[in-house]
Amino acid sequence: MNGFGIIKGMIETARNFVGSYHDAQRLTTVQYPEQKLPPVENARTIPFLVFDGDDAMAGLRCTACVICEKECPPQCIYIVKDQVKKPDYVGKMQMQPKVFDIDISVCMSCGICVEVCPFDAIKMDQVFELSTGDRFGKLLLDKHQLAKPNDYFVKIHKTEASEIDVRREEDKRKAEAAAAAKAAAPKSPATPGAAK
Amino acid sequence: MSGLDQIFVWIGHRAAGWFPASVQPLVSAVLAIAGVMAVFGTCFALTTLAERKVLGRMQNRFGPNRVGPYGLLQPLADAVKMLTKEDIVPFSADKTLHFLAPLVLTVPVWLAFAVLPFGRNMSAINLDAGILFFFAVGSASELAVFMAGWSSQNKYSLVGAMRAIAQMISYEVPLVLSVVPVLMLAGSLELNDIVAAQGTYTFGGLARWNVFTPWGLAGLILFLIAATAESNRSPFDLPEGESEIIAGFLTEYSGFKYALFFLGEYLGLFAVTGLAVTLFLGGWHAPFQWLEWVPSWFWFAAKFGALIFLFIWVRATLPRLRLDQLLNFSWRFLVPLSLINLLVAAAWYWTGAWKFPVVAPIRWLLCAALIALPYHWLGRALRGAMPPPRKYIYAE
Amino acid sequence: MSASTLPSELAEPASDHQLLEVSLGPQHPSTHGVFRMDVSLDGEMVVKLKPVFGYLHRNHEKIAEKCSYLGSIPYTDRLDYICSLTNNWAYAMTVEKLAGLVAPERAEYIRVILSELTRLINHSALAGFLLQDMGALGTPLMYAFREREKILDLFESLTGARMMCNYMRFGGCRCDLPPGWIEQTRSLVANFPSFLDEFEALLTGNEILQARTEGVGVLTPQLAVNAGVTGPMLRATGVNYDIRKVDAYGVYGRFSFRVPLGERGDVFDRYMIRILEMRESLKILEQALRDIPAGPIIDPKAKLRNLRPKPGEAYGRIEGPKGELGFYLISDGGPNPYRYRIRPPSLINLTILEDMCLGQTIADAVVILGSVDIVLGEVDR
Repeated sequence: MNGFGIIKGMIETARNFVGSYHDAQRLTTVQYPEQKLPPVENARTIPFLVFDGDDAMAGLRCTACVICEKECPPQCIYIVKDQVKKPDYVGKMQMQPKVFDIDISVCMSCGICVEVCPFDAIKMDQVFELSTGDRFGKLLLDKHQLAKPNDYFVKIHKTEASEIDVRREEDKRKAEAAAAAKAAAPKSPATPGAAK
Repeated sequence: MSGLDQIFVWIGHRAAGWFPASVQPLVSAVLAIAGVMAVFGTCFALTTLAERKVLGRMQNRFGPNRVGPYGLLQPLADAVKMLTKEDIVPFSADKTLHFLAPLVLTVPVWLAFAVLPFGRNMSAINLDAGILFFFAVGSASELAVFMAGWSSQNKYSLVGAMRAIAQMISYEVPLVLSVVPVLMLAGSLELNDIVAAQGTYTFGGLARWNVFTPWGLAGLILFLIAATAESNRSPFDLPEGESEIIAGFLTEYSGFKYALFFLGEYLGLFAVTGLAVTLFLGGWHAPFQWLEWVPSWFWFAAKFGALIFLFIWVRATLPRLRLDQLLNFSWRFLVPLSLINLLVAAAWYWTGAWKFPVVAPIRWLLCAALIALPYHWLGRALRGAMPPPRKYIYAE
Repeated sequence: MSASTLPSELAEPASDHQLLEVSLGPQHPSTHGVFRMDVSLDGEMVVKLKPVFGYLHRNHEKIAEKCSYLGSIPYTDRLDYICSLTNNWAYAMTVEKLAGLVAPERAEYIRVILSELTRLINHSALAGFLLQDMGALGTPLMYAFREREKILDLFESLTGARMMCNYMRFGGCRCDLPPGWIEQTRSLVANFPSFLDEFEALLTGNEILQARTEGVGVLTPQLAVNAGVTGPMLRATGVNYDIRKVDAYGVYGRFSFRVPLGERGDVFDRYMIRILEMRESLKILEQALRDIPAGPIIDPKAKLRNLRPKPGEAYGRIEGPKGELGFYLISDGGPNPYRYRIRPPSLINLTILEDMCLGQTIADAVVILGSVDIVLGEVDR
């Protein structure tokens, strides 16, 4: 019909005009700096390194196995192994990273490093608002900047973190029991307890 | 006549009264000019904001709301941005024309406001041939647009300018023709007379605006369509159709010149809107007799605002026409229809003498049919032979 | 623009005036990214059109040949960045064929749900962009994006990212559905038809839209088939070819849905087919959400890291929202594919652009390009 389709369309826009004042389904905009959406548990932005305890460098879960460095699709992770070993959570001596850099301007937030990590050492953060003018100073993060406590991990990824914590507690108990049982016996090589 | 109604007239008189009698006409003219420029300059700023707000709401967005409360200072921020931007003139451009084009667009548009009656006793000048003057100065914008397109030495600009010329010349015809019935029935070219002719009330206080007659309604719609095209607004924004030719004739303009083009376009829109209010919507008259106490300039502003809202609403809804469709629409639909509208106006005039019971609805329906049937037929003809309706087969 | 005096130009046949050569793009408001059309115009009419692409070439295929099988998945997100999940699926399916993995049933259902949601996103956004190209000032686009936003929220709560989902894995999916996700999706699916109705009220009956699209960019079934056009573009010409029906990959064989077919192959048909397809997708979604079984979501044999499929080759294809999206992989037994090749529907549908645009006006060319539905990330790879 001549012109009726146009009028129908105009009624539709008028409905949206009115609806945007009272219907939350229509006006879905969130006014960002003032309002923020509640964080989604699965959300991921850039990786961070989880540490246990209070001392970030001593409690770092990373064992510098460089799997994530190899698997990272855009190759944004750079790891140098330290010659000095440190004990992990079950008391076993492990390698540790001397350098662990992530160039988050290259990182594409895919989360593959998290998937391949056998030690639950690297996890995806939910920080954003990372933009800066200083490309190398602020966007090339070293291990001190990347290290975040386990409590923080529990806070942002509750389900996943509590599963891991339960598993690690279990491992720890087993290891302690084994250590107690073989208190007198000489140490024998064992596979890493946390391996998936 | 309430004091509020004539407050601007009174202020003007008092201000002019301070000057010696010999310069009083000059002073009152300057005051009128200053008033018009101040009011419509502000109106331009507010409309750019309102347009973005309303468009935003129609698109389920907020629109600008960051600068000042409710985004009210956004036009100011835009102005600062426009003024501080670099004014780029292409190397191969015709520099003189490139410079002149925004001025040629903006200056005549201001002149058009001279004849519009904004309220009772509120028009800058009372020209006998006011409406002719209006169209004469209004058509200067075509020159400006072509100057802009040609001088930019850009292919998009040139295509845009050619489109603009074809469009504006084509739509000038229905724009003027749709006004003619009003002139016929009012018997005057002076806008104040036309407003006065719509100033009586009927049916227990309903105003006798032209829009309440069949030819007036058709004339208003034709006029608004043509006015949309004249002011290059969507769905007739082909000259600057951004998805096709970047920004058309504006492609090579930046900074303040670009802002001037916008000023010119919006003022052109205001001028034709003001004319539509004056010709069809009873000018500054109240819609009902019992609302006469409200100041006349308020009624003008209210109708003006409503029409501007309508333009924004249309802009939010419709896609753009193609050039050949645009020209066909003008020459094969609007022009014949506005000519037929002349006949309808004539029929309305003759049937005015009829004297028998329930004459008014019969007369109305008769004249409405006289315009509605050609509308239907011309619409059919414009779309050509209708292909059979589409069937969508579903394969399992 | 000034009259040239070159003899060769004077000898131009059958025309006493010069053509206007315009380069539409790569920076142009409606080329959907960095696409360029070298157009020769006679007045407003297109007499020659040469599509130029490659401005967004990122060496995807070669990078994937250096990457592990797992490492390529995030890159497939970035092919057609509006529909990352269908890209994931096509790639995962190919690797499954190559490595002999079988995704569990629940994973297949999740894939179907996600890919139909992706289709909703893609088609509604396309209709919006098409109208944007027609000059509708973004209103339909904003409505489409409003609904897209709701679907993206679902994607975010499932996969952790809104657009670059990186969710499907060869042998299944990365993680299970979070609690409440099915219910949220169900309510979204229940509300979506009202959006479609609104969209159609705004657009389908609109005379200007009809005038702009009817008879514009007509594609004949013969040409479409010969050129290898797939997806809604092909079905708008009336050819019944939908890989969801032809291959019945995944669990598509279990759902009852219909494939809408156009009859004229013009832009209006292409628009309408997409609207109708969205309604069919909703049917699939309803069934899939109803029938989704419990169970594991990844094949226990699937080894994400250090996957070394036996030497061989595989071609996996799905009905992506834009057409047949295929991945072709050759393995030489190593940790990364020996050859990695994508059959991008956008690129192949784009090859017939000139045939559709000749003799139309420049405004039509833009609309036709919009109706082809390209994403330059996929065209240029």
